[in-house]
Amino acid sequence: MNNKQSWIDQRFPLTKVFNEHLAEYYTPRNFNIWYFFGGLAILMLGMQLLTGIFLTMHYKPDAEYAFASVEYIMRDVEWGWFIRYLHSTGASAFFIIIYLHMMRALLYGSYKGPRELIWILGMVLYILLLAEAFFGYVLPWGQMSFWGAQVIISLFGSVPVVGPDLLVWILGDYAVGDATLNRFFSLHVVVLPLILVVLVFLHIVALHTVGSNNPDGIEIKKNKDKDGIPKDGIPFHPYFTVKDAMGAVAFLWIFCAVVFYAPALNGYFLEAPNFIEANPLKTPEHIAPLWYLTPYYSVLRAIPPLFGSQFPGVLAMFAALLVFFFLPWLDRSPVKSIRYRSPIYKWILGIFVVSFIMLGWLGVQPVTPLYVLLARIFTGLYFAFFLLMPWYSTLGKTKEVPDRVTA
Amino acid sequence: MGKNFKLLFVFFTLLLSANIYAASKVQLDHANTDIFDEASLQNGAKLFMNYCSGCHAISFMRYNRIAKDLNLTEEQVATNLMFAGKKVGESVTTAMPEDGASKWFGGVPPDLSLVARSKGTDWIYTYLRSFYTDESRIFGVNNTVLVNASMPHVLWPLQEGQSEAGFDNDVRDITNFLDYVGEPAKLIRLTLGKWVLLFLGILFILTYMLKKEYWKDVKYGVWRSRD
Repeated sequence: MNNKQSWIDQRFPLTKVFNEHLAEYYTPRNFNIWYFFGGLAILMLGMQLLTGIFLTMHYKPDAEYAFASVEYIMRDVEWGWFIRYLHSTGASAFFIIIYLHMMRALLYGSYKGPRELIWILGMVLYILLLAEAFFGYVLPWGQMSFWGAQVIISLFGSVPVVGPDLLVWILGDYAVGDATLNRFFSLHVVVLPLILVVLVFLHIVALHTVGSNNPDGIEIKKNKDKDGIPKDGIPFHPYFTVKDAMGAVAFLWIFCAVVFYAPALNGYFLEAPNFIEANPLKTPEHIAPLWYLTPYYSVLRAIPPLFGSQFPGVLAMFAALLVFFFLPWLDRSPVKSIRYRSPIYKWILGIFVVSFIMLGWLGVQPVTPLYVLLARIFTGLYFAFFLLMPWYSTLGKTKEVPDRVTA
Repeated sequence: MGKNFKLLFVFFTLLLSANIYAASKVQLDHANTDIFDEASLQNGAKLFMNYCSGCHAISFMRYNRIAKDLNLTEEQVATNLMFAGKKVGESVTTAMPEDGASKWFGGVPPDLSLVARSKGTDWIYTYLRSFYTDESRIFGVNNTVLVNASMPHVLWPLQEGQSEAGFDNDVRDITNFLDYVGEPAKLIRLTLGKWVLLFLGILFILTYMLKKEYWKDVKYGVWRSRD
């Protein structure tokens, strides 16, 4: 044993890395269902990379051929339909998982010190993932690919002074076209996946440095036995490798049910107008970005134009994303977990979740006076959650946090 | 499963039950097609080739793929479904020249490869059955689903020769065929899906048991009793 290991270990810290990150990485034993989503996010990243490689072998990033090449994949490439549905369903599933992963952080205060950097790296990952998904959705070159891109990119044109030049620089043309499609393909298959993989690595390194939070929001490292092992910790491997494997299979069951029985998921995962080839001369009646972008799209539409410029809405949209970064410093509650927070905090978090989901729903609806009003109310509630946090997070009576994890 | 987790799930299910694009102004009849009804697909293919393919291409579809999926021999397809003297491996295009089409109909008739995916089967089924006489239009007909459609009522001879139920059935078969054309892989995925889910179901039981076995340590305090 020792001999076999030593040849590699003398040249590469294999055993050391394995122990530090798996066999001797001590994980709180009280993880619940919310703690599956980090591992599942890695599974999805792997699946998107793998299916993406095969799609790239057959897809043609050319405005003339892109749409037909996707249908070629769906019909003539062996198992092409399966690879494509795994990839398209995978994109949406990735976001469902990421949103639940972020929700977990909100519930148990995982963003609070000493995990601020994990949170920040995670937020950068989230924003880059939104960009990655947006670029990917342009590639099939259907009507929604084209017009969705047209709407989103034209936002940059509203930037004062440099807007129009910025727009041409992004598009590589005066309108969304072949040049745009080509560069988005490059960004989608090379640039962003590379950055995402590196950031995921850093996200995990940062996590393994401070250790995982848990549903009680207790630092298990404060309670160590005589060997220096946290009393409430169990080794990640084998306990969480087998548990996460079980979670992955359960997730794949639901995932495959969608892939095989409802890959378009009622127009939410694959929009019906996207089965019509992009036509710059024919604007669809109703343009809706894909569901994971819609909360921010709603914020954009909720802000009225100022002096005929959409720029305030654009600013609000980016602010809605960037405000997440400040969460660790906005939250002044003495406790981390929702289990020990004050009742008022629980209500406010509930209102925020409902606001976020409602903004998402409103983002796929057509603009009516009622919906605009609702979007404004929920936008207000969304920002209030963050901006008033330093005040309300100190209100009310928190419960006493136990020394050791419960359950 | 946590309480807030269940609540979230219910909330999403409610949201997803409404289709984004369901806000159509016209009431559509339910097409009620069955992609596994082979006779219906074969009849639909025959009717499509006779009544529709003169103007409309389904250019993402190949003749020999139709033969394979509809359980026909390539000879049957070549003699009954191919009119333009093409090869069986070629895609189903139309013989109508584009400039002629623009002159005759004011535009090129759209390719119908994906019409079932972009418009839906109910739309096709209702549209084809919604022509009515309107002398103000150039072909003497108009349509309640697609107002001022530039397509004439090509299925008129089919409608005249039989009962209303018979015509509805023929239109349903054309719709069914177009649904198949929209996604030939549907035949595979719907057949394969249950086996994949069965496999994953069994795998879940095994991984669940494996997890239980390992976690006995945690339950019986091998890791808890370090105090």
